[in-house]
Formats: sequence, C-alpha cells, structure tokens
Amino acid sequence: MYNYETVFILTPVLSEPQMKEAVEKFKTVLTDNGATIENEELWGMRKLAYPIQKKSTGFYAFLEFAGEPTIVSKLETAYRRDEKVLRFLTFRQDKFAHEYALKRRSLKKNAPKVEETPAEEPVAEAPQAEVNEVTNE
Amino acid sequence: MQGGNITMAQAQSEIRYLTPLSVDTKKKKYCRFKRSGIKYIDYKDPEFLKKFLNEQGKILPRRITGTSLKFQRRVARAIKRARHLALLPYVTDLMK
Repeated sequence: MYNYETVFILTPVLSEPQMKEAVEKFKTVLTDNGATIENEELWGMRKLAYPIQKKSTGFYAFLEFAGEPTIVSKLETAYRRDEKVLRFLTFRQDKFAHEYALKRRSLKKNAPKVEETPAEEPVAEAPQAEVNEVTNE
Repeated sequence: MQGGNITMAQAQSEIRYLTPLSVDTKKKKYCRFKRSGIKYIDYKDPEFLKKFLNEQGKILPRRITGTSLKFQRRVARAIKRARHLALLPYVTDLMK
C-alpha cells in the first residue's frame, strides 16, 4: 500500500450536480479497486494559466488515496475515457509529501471553513492561502 | 640626505584613497529551504513557486536563487507539476 494523490480538471460546461457526479464516479473507481480515500478537496472553479481545449477555466478536484500501484493505471484509463476531464495528475507521495499532506489535512480540520461551498472565487483562494502558511513555516 | 628621508616617510604615511577601499561585502546566498527547514515543496501553491520563475515563466538557475541542488530539483519538479495542471503558465510575458 502506498499513498497517492491525484488532481483532475473537469470542463467548466458542467452543472454543479454533474461535477459532483463525475467526482463520485472517480471515487468509486478507486474504492472498487480496493483503495481507501483519505482526503477529498474540491478547489472549485479556477482560471487556467493557459487555455486547455479552448477553455480558460476549469473545475479542480483533489483526492488523496492509499492503494496498490496497479490502481493508478486503472484510474488513469478512467480519466482518459472520460471526455469531461481536461487534465489529470497522479503521483505517489514520497515520505516528505506524505508528512506534508497529513499536516495540511490536520490544518484543514482545525479550520473548517470553505469546503463544500459553491464554486466561486473565494473558494479557489482559500485553500491556496492555507498552503502558503504551511510552506512558509 | 636626512631631510629627504623624512619627506619620503611623510609621503608614505599620507597615502589616502579618495573613495574608501571596496571590501567585498557580497551577501552570501543561502538555500531558503535548508535554512527554514522546508522538506516538501508543494506544487499546489503557484504564488510561492513564482519566486523561482523569471518574468517569462522560466525556472531561475541556482546561481541566482541560491537554492541547494537537492531542493532545486524539487522546486523544478513542483513547478513542472504546477504547469501541467495549468496553475502556472509554460510561457508568458510580464508575469510579475
């Protein structure tokens, strides 16, 4: 069992329930293959630094999970098959990344503010500010 | 003879510089990650990573930022991940 983290960008044309559904879909892909989801964050609608598939915004979702290495390829084929996904990134956390992730999670738990609020600008800003604090410590 | 020697000595003691000698007081560069004990560089924080980019969005060399080799590799990896996720641009003008 290793710890992984994955981020994917969904197209902005989807409605709110469609997005939730897509995120749920990938979560079930993970859980069906024997992974446990450790953390889930919806960063909401964010502006992309450069256009992807002619879209200038995207809906970011972030998952942390623990599972066997074979799960990654399964997850990534699911991403590739889904047209709603603009971009994805999955990688295994090394020990420093894992420590950092745990710290980040506990910080989030202690200050439970914007998580499930609708996708707006402040939502996109808030997690970023949190990260800032962690890295500058 | 004697008088001449005295004038020589006086002249030597009176060597003055118009501008004070520039002693090299270059500030020593240091690796900010080593100094502040940061072990993991997060790709999710583009504002922080921007410190390691120039205006065109290129990664700054170690000789400018002073980052140690170990952390330069990690910075580069974090920046590349952020670029892939469109958190940072690959190419741009006037980023700052």
